[in-house]
Amino acid sequence: MSRRDPVLVVLSVLVVLVFSAGCARKPPSPPPAARELRVCADPNNLPFSNRRGEGFENAIAALLARDLGATVRYTWWAERRGFFRNTLKAGLCDVVMGVPTSFEMALPTRPYYRSTYVFLTRRDGGPAVRSFDDPVLRRVRVGVQLLGKDGANTPPAHALSRRGVVGNVRGYTVYGDYRQDSPPARIVDAVARGEVDVAVVWGPLAGYYARRSPVPLALTPVEPQIDLPFLPFVFDIAVGVRRGETALRDEIDRVLERRRPEIDAILDRYGVPRVEEVTP
Amino acid sequence: MRRIGGIAVACLLAALVALGLAGCRAEDSLGRGTAPRPSGSVAPIAAGPAAADDGEWRMPARSYDSTRFSGLDQINAGNVANLKLAWSFSTGSLKGHEAAPLVVGGTMYVVTPFPNVLYALDLTKPGAPAKWSFKPQPDPAAQGVACCDVVNRGAAYAGGRIFYNTLDDHTIAVDAATGKAAWNTRVGDINRGETLTMAPLVVKGKVLVGNSGGEMGVRGWLTALDAASGRLLWRAYSTGPDADVLIGPGFKPFYAKDRGKDLGVSTWPPEQWKIGGGTVWGWVSYDPELNLIYYGTANPGPWNAEQRPGDNKWTAGIFARDLDTGQARWYYQMSPHDLFDYDGVNENVLLDLPVGGRPRKVLLHPDRNGYLYVIDRTNGEVLSADPFGFVNSTSGVDLKTGQLQYVAEKRTQLGKVVREICPAAPGAKDWQPSAWSPRTKLLYLPHQNLCMDYEGVEANYISGTPFVGADVKMYAGPGGKRGEFTAWDPVARRPAWKIDEDLPVWSGALATAGDVVFYGTMDGWFKAVDARNGKELWRFKAGSGIIGQPISYRGPDGKQYVAVLSGVGGWSGAIVAGGLDPQDGTAALGFVNAMKDLPDKTTPGGMLYVFSLP
Repeated sequence: MSRRDPVLVVLSVLVVLVFSAGCARKPPSPPPAARELRVCADPNNLPFSNRRGEGFENAIAALLARDLGATVRYTWWAERRGFFRNTLKAGLCDVVMGVPTSFEMALPTRPYYRSTYVFLTRRDGGPAVRSFDDPVLRRVRVGVQLLGKDGANTPPAHALSRRGVVGNVRGYTVYGDYRQDSPPARIVDAVARGEVDVAVVWGPLAGYYARRSPVPLALTPVEPQIDLPFLPFVFDIAVGVRRGETALRDEIDRVLERRRPEIDAILDRYGVPRVEEVTP
Repeated sequence: MRRIGGIAVACLLAALVALGLAGCRAEDSLGRGTAPRPSGSVAPIAAGPAAADDGEWRMPARSYDSTRFSGLDQINAGNVANLKLAWSFSTGSLKGHEAAPLVVGGTMYVVTPFPNVLYALDLTKPGAPAKWSFKPQPDPAAQGVACCDVVNRGAAYAGGRIFYNTLDDHTIAVDAATGKAAWNTRVGDINRGETLTMAPLVVKGKVLVGNSGGEMGVRGWLTALDAASGRLLWRAYSTGPDADVLIGPGFKPFYAKDRGKDLGVSTWPPEQWKIGGGTVWGWVSYDPELNLIYYGTANPGPWNAEQRPGDNKWTAGIFARDLDTGQARWYYQMSPHDLFDYDGVNENVLLDLPVGGRPRKVLLHPDRNGYLYVIDRTNGEVLSADPFGFVNSTSGVDLKTGQLQYVAEKRTQLGKVVREICPAAPGAKDWQPSAWSPRTKLLYLPHQNLCMDYEGVEANYISGTPFVGADVKMYAGPGGKRGEFTAWDPVARRPAWKIDEDLPVWSGALATAGDVVFYGTMDGWFKAVDARNGKELWRFKAGSGIIGQPISYRGPDGKQYVAVLSGVGGWSGAIVAGGLDPQDGTAALGFVNAMKDLPDKTTPGGMLYVFSLP
């Protein structure tokens, strides 16, 4: 069977879910319903999530649900503009598995990992780059991920343009072509293929695809971690619940604490590079 | 959206082949009714039976010159106070209704926002019952791709067919009598962030269609389809090599800075033209004498200007192109290296005007950047450019070089707090089209008065990738009003009068031979004002805010009618149509902050209202 449009499938599933959810309330005295952990996720965004449940956020959601004695129910939605508004805030789910702790559209739990943007290079013959101030960045071809026009962009895009490293920089959209698997991963392919010499990529994406690359790739966490005065490259990632739902947040916080070793094992398995927790 | 895939290349090749073939078929029966008139008449210059009005409304701008002027005068400044609701029709949609209805013979055609249903209403029967509806069932996923509500700006009629676009990138020709699809061509791909929201222009057997989606890293284009078959005839990109932009030996831009090889590549960092924006989601005008089409291109992407040093051609400018081949004749860039999201897609109104004492073939272009440009449409020379709203982000346009003069302290930069940038991102005027009256010689401009702040940094997250952005907030500009309705005298280069409006005026304008001008407000008032002095003569409260385009027609009973869609939404009304959180001022790219009170003033719901004298 040829590939169906994933987003269409998502929407169809969604419609069914919405309707079935409406019906579920009707029976007068149902047997004690099994608890559901309703998760909104992107059906095509490895290493984070996909519809086949192959992402590390899928795995951690399953772990959370197991601990809570619940089953996971997904609402699939491409994680693009409007994702949080149309899913979590619209009440279609209770959690989104990955949000930065400083994110305003959700109430974050305590972070379950801290990762960093990395310089991604070919292990053989790639340039050695550690810092945005490294002069080599002016001489080699650099790939960065770019966003659309809402005055926002990835931190490396800002850091490079601020240093005037522009003419040798090639942009790859975070959105990508949704017909392809994990559209944001094209920037990793670009390093492997030699289209660019170094790319600055968010750690989880780089770590996962670097392991699967036919060409050996190297990851180097970027320096500085914060480009003063304010531009961060290291982010704490948490589970997001709806604002105001502190009880659920507290409950998930406890599970994240209890399951710390298993979560770490999952993150290791997916090659998610982590930054040591800095205690203030 | 990034590289041109193999399919796109194939399409392009096919287009070029088709283009060669198309040159041979000069005439097409589908041009009937909107065919160019014999030259010689002075004004109005373009096609469209304005002198002896046929009472129809076949395209959103009414005529190729985009004047939106109705020659009907039964309803006039003396009697419009008696205007009454004749009938109404619910579209069943809660999204933003930006379209203009069409009237052809005894039938009215209305296209809704997504899911883009086309209704045919029988004007020969009392209450105008529906004759048929056409439901294209566009891909629901397209809703997640559209940036600013799921609007549609209308259809166009030619040769017995209604042509319109669906949000999921299909252009469809529907038999105007039967409501059956004649053809359906997919011209873009939602998977690459493209959508269609604009109304096509149909000229001489060609259907002109452009894409939306600049905020998704889309590469903009305008495409001509064969009205008979739906086949792609040519496609002109807004960025990239000359061959893609359809720039050849016939390209003669007026200003030196626009001359040179492959400027659509060299005015960008390497490869960035591939995701450079310049979409074509506004209006297309046509001059039958010159056989040229005119349209504007949207802003460059990404919005952060630091990442794209250079003029970023051919974004935020106006192209004049040969209709038959698509080859560019001239180009003028209103906002080189745009800093503020000032798309150049607003309408181009084609007129013959005395400038400096002699008649010139001009186009009037009220741009988002706040300037009303008067441009010689034969060669692209800017004859004048004057602010029609409050502007402080730039200090003017150098008429010698055509260069917009940016104000250094208003340059945005991440981490730098920049306050009071005026106009805000939607510009002094957005897509909402103006109207021209040949009787008053005034251009009637619905527009907004908004400024914005760039503040601090906000962490955000998309597709598993954290990113940072400026916290953009919009609010009312000087005077505390968010909207204005301005009657502009392009010869005297100043407003004849202005009406202050609390909310942005996001509806189109209509001018009539009865010297009455109509427009709607976002809280649902449909207003008639005196074309000569702006005095309000009549108002009607619609069920929902008005962002549609009013029209006027003569019904089968010989009476003059005025029609408008209400149904708030769009970028400005997303807080209501999209149910956005008023607490989140940065939603809808910062527009929500300026519209927090809108949910208290109107509710969503699409309804067509039709008025006449008793």
